[in-house]
Amino acid sequence: MTAAGGPARLSRRGLLGGGAAAAGVAGAFAAGRLTAPETTPVAGPVASYPFHGERQAGIVTPAQDRLHFVALDVTTDDRDELVALLKAWTEAAARMTNGESAGPVGAVDGPGNVPPDDTGEALDLPPSGLTITFGFGPGLFVDADGKDRFGIADRRPEALEQLPRFSADVLDPARSDGDICIQACADDPQVAVHAIRNLVRIGFGTTAVRWSQLGFGRTSTTSTSQSTPRNLFGFKDGTANIKAEETAALDEHVWVGAEDDPRAGWLAGGSYLVTRRINMTIEVWDRQPLESQEQFVGRTKGSGAPLSGGEEFTEPDFAMSGSNGPIIPTDAHVRVVHPDANDGVRILRRGYNFVDGSNDVGGLDAGLFFIAYLRDPRTHFIPLQRAMSRNDALMEYLRFTGQALFAVPPGVAEGEWVGQALFA
Amino acid sequence: MRIRTTLLASVATLAVVPALAACTENASSDGDKGGDARAVTVTSSDVACELSAVEAPAGTLTFDVTNTGSDVTEFYLLGSDGLRIVGEVENIGPNLTKKLTVNAPEGDYFTACKPGMVGEGIRAKFAVSHSDDEAGVSASDQELIDQAQANYRSYVQDQSDQLLLRTKEFVQLYKDGKDDEARALYPKAREHWERIETVAESFGDLDPKTDAREADVDFAAGEKWTGWHRIEKDLWPQDATGYRVLTPQQRATYADDLLANTTELDRRIHATGKDALTYPIDAIANGSIGLLEEVATGKITGEEEAWSHTDLWDFQANVDGARVAYEGVKPLLATKDAALADELDAKFGALQELLDQHRSGDGFVSYTELSKDEVKALSDAVNALSEPLSRLTPAVTS
Repeated sequence: MTAAGGPARLSRRGLLGGGAAAAGVAGAFAAGRLTAPETTPVAGPVASYPFHGERQAGIVTPAQDRLHFVALDVTTDDRDELVALLKAWTEAAARMTNGESAGPVGAVDGPGNVPPDDTGEALDLPPSGLTITFGFGPGLFVDADGKDRFGIADRRPEALEQLPRFSADVLDPARSDGDICIQACADDPQVAVHAIRNLVRIGFGTTAVRWSQLGFGRTSTTSTSQSTPRNLFGFKDGTANIKAEETAALDEHVWVGAEDDPRAGWLAGGSYLVTRRINMTIEVWDRQPLESQEQFVGRTKGSGAPLSGGEEFTEPDFAMSGSNGPIIPTDAHVRVVHPDANDGVRILRRGYNFVDGSNDVGGLDAGLFFIAYLRDPRTHFIPLQRAMSRNDALMEYLRFTGQALFAVPPGVAEGEWVGQALFA
Repeated sequence: MRIRTTLLASVATLAVVPALAACTENASSDGDKGGDARAVTVTSSDVACELSAVEAPAGTLTFDVTNTGSDVTEFYLLGSDGLRIVGEVENIGPNLTKKLTVNAPEGDYFTACKPGMVGEGIRAKFAVSHSDDEAGVSASDQELIDQAQANYRSYVQDQSDQLLLRTKEFVQLYKDGKDDEARALYPKAREHWERIETVAESFGDLDPKTDAREADVDFAAGEKWTGWHRIEKDLWPQDATGYRVLTPQQRATYADDLLANTTELDRRIHATGKDALTYPIDAIANGSIGLLEEVATGKITGEEEAWSHTDLWDFQANVDGARVAYEGVKPLLATKDAALADELDAKFGALQELLDQHRSGDGFVSYTELSKDEVKALSDAVNALSEPLSRLTPAVTS
């Protein structure tokens, strides 16, 4: 690679970091940089999102196109080491989301006799809307042996327990759980991978990768400014998702309230994150008649309108009769997971399609990497998943191969580090 | 597990299946849309039924039906008596469009939109004129259909009888602690279940009690695990960690339960009168497709018989059932799409040839003995058969 030349601390864009001019797009850095109350989505391409703010970016941020998600195990028992890593990660994440290198020197500006503090593959690339979101798993508080390694067991959120196994789960332990997770989303896969790669590198010795997942083609919409994308079944996905603009719904269903959990005050204003790796038996699905596919989902494949008629955003009419029972079948996905059937529960989905090559018999190892942010897994996830695994027609074509739950702390103010309140 | 595509209904609840059920599909036809005299656009509102044409040349007609009304609508092509349903498309929600594809010989017809799905509908005359490429719809089709239905019914009843007989034997051996003999009979008894699995599964209450695998059960939600695979684990516990074998008393409980559910299944399969099962031609064809799906999703992976590893017996039995169902409708298929019939014959043959390589004694080798390459070869053959097989139902009902 050609050295960019110029002073050290150069940003990847060859400009000193920060400044709207650097972004090259009006409306980048919209929403205050210090305490963004919830990043106000901006239509059109956004060059970068600030790392600091009241909430972590990457939750209500308009879903980017690409994902690299990693779950790590903490390999040390030393609290100071862990805190030092969280500080280092915070610094690196703030730099990278701003389009700079992972370390202060950069990929090509250091001395020739040491490995660079940035891996270099994002040199010359813009920030690409990169967001980096951290979460803490149950094992951070109490490890597998029941040990409180870091003196924080008494601050473990009550709902942060290993999720139950649901029927039809074929969970692979090597694709499940983790002490810490990092979600990197960007509009350029190289930028997302660069972020995870460098954070993992910084963590060596303190953390070790447990599993990671690449995703492409967001399968949800988290802003009204976005069109609804399609999942690998070929259907629009996330039509009824909670949107960033619905602040009351976010408060009710996504953000942990100040009074929710007295012993985990550090989590107030944060959220819970559930991931499920959902393999689709694509080959069998593709042989289903169009009408059957639409009956399984409860929507038309073309416009995404509910089978009860209208357009994509028309509310489904579950009472409407068809010639043979309700026009939206009782086991149609849209009915089974709809708030009307689940005590009004809504979640913020932020999943991605994945194709991890092919399996042993030449089938696509593909599906949907489900990511959801929610206020409490006991009310907002477990009942939904249970209803789905019992009643949902789509289950015939799904296999759940991985699962994890994390508590996602609120945002980081300038000068703070991620998880600071937990370790205070 | 539920396979929605195999809908068996008792006569009491069965909608009238026309002798020549038309297939409804949303895919566009091969013909060019522009100026195709056989492509008709229908606009169904709350008060009107507008057609872009009131006549067409004989052959395969398509009606694109758009619902501009506020209620669910249906569209029918009726015979000259206004009663016989030549083709229908149902459940068109407001603002949605569905397509009816139907084979219509020369003659007089009626079209009908039915907003609200009640009453006579909004009717109009529709004329089909002579054409040289008229598809033959012969009177002998009905004979072939009747024959296929009768044959398939006997097959299902016969398999169910044998299943009950062997289940009785099996549970007795198991209760008596004759484990070696029970293990030898296990896959042979289950063959009869697997051959008619799509029919058995249509009874949503019996299937989970009888054929649930451990992974299908949500223990955390208080579900109980019973049936064949519960007993399987008890007979083949060597791979299970920390497993405690069942006491004779527990054995009896699971054995009696399995027999009771199998007896009930047999009773329902033999029901007569208003509770009798019917086997519409599309259900038979879908049953064939569904059995191959079972192979692709459960048997290929070796998940069905996680403890006994007798998956190849199940595999063969699913293929048997799929082939019997297919062969039942084959005479009908031969009159409509001979090329598809030839292709399916060849692909069934190729798959069988592969399966035969793994025979051992009067059965099969353990699934764990197959190499990765051998499993992949089986999977490839299943895919090669499943793709054309997925076109069977529209082909025989066109």
